[in-house]
Amino acid sequence: MFARYGFTSAQYFYFYYFSDALLTVFLYFALMGLYFLVFREMGVHRYLCVGAILLLGLTAGVSYQMVVSSSHKLLTRFVVELSQNLYFVGVVLTYLLWGAIMKLRETRTRLIQLVLALGIYFSAFAANYALRNLYPTLNVVWQYVPPLMGLWLPLAWAYTFWKIPEESRLATARVVAPNR
Amino acid sequence: MIAALIFAISLATLFQFFVSYCRSVIAASSKKGLSDQARELTGIENHLVRGDEFERLLQLVWLCPEPGDDTRDLRAVRGYFGLLGVLRGAFSGLAPALARWAEREREGCAYFAAVALDHRIAYSRDLMAQQISNRL
Repeated sequence: MFARYGFTSAQYFYFYYFSDALLTVFLYFALMGLYFLVFREMGVHRYLCVGAILLLGLTAGVSYQMVVSSSHKLLTRFVVELSQNLYFVGVVLTYLLWGAIMKLRETRTRLIQLVLALGIYFSAFAANYALRNLYPTLNVVWQYVPPLMGLWLPLAWAYTFWKIPEESRLATARVVAPNR
Repeated sequence: MIAALIFAISLATLFQFFVSYCRSVIAASSKKGLSDQARELTGIENHLVRGDEFERLLQLVWLCPEPGDDTRDLRAVRGYFGLLGVLRGAFSGLAPALARWAEREREGCAYFAAVALDHRIAYSRDLMAQQISNRL
């Protein structure tokens, strides 16, 4: 894509935003997977599954409503809007999951680090999209910052799976409350 | 207006997730004790390490051969340490409780660096022992 069309081409623009939307949907389901892991013992799988699909549908519906008035490039606008909204929904859902982890005193280090890394990723992208809406003219920043931020999640998750043993445990109180 | 609100919320959650992530990395090291050799080298006598010691300890860490499993953590904790320094500086007059919290966190970062140094010293010793046994 870079070699043929270049970093600033329209082709790259479409490729970036369409693949980003797809990735965000996958990440949304990955987050739901983390919800399943946390709430597995409560036996609420079915409710979570239905809730997740309803919320995804609702987000898509709201995103469509926000762009439906623009006749030009409707699909592209919808994809960008959906991606943007899903990042913010991701922030809220990850925050709720983090709250549940603390409340349920979850101790699996791997799970804790996966959730926190995902929270950082969602928050950074949601902040980035919001800032982009506030200052749309800062093209240089918007062109280079998101791909760099995108490196965070694969690196953090790869590290967690590679270095943190499955049986490793960590008290959430140590992560949340002051040390002494 | 909505974009500004989303930005503020995202930034607040980003800060909270980042702090918790760094604390989860540091928490694993706080359970570990320091070897006598590391204590002798660093001059640390008990479990408490002053936050100001962090940079000195980190410089010692970089002098040791890299075992290849702690560099990323050290960089994340260094970033966290920098953030805490900014917080401590900015809020020392306005919110002393927050500044004290930041100082305690800096101490945790310094202890993390001491544990990393201990780990690297042990690795260097193993490496040297291996080389000597190979020569023999």
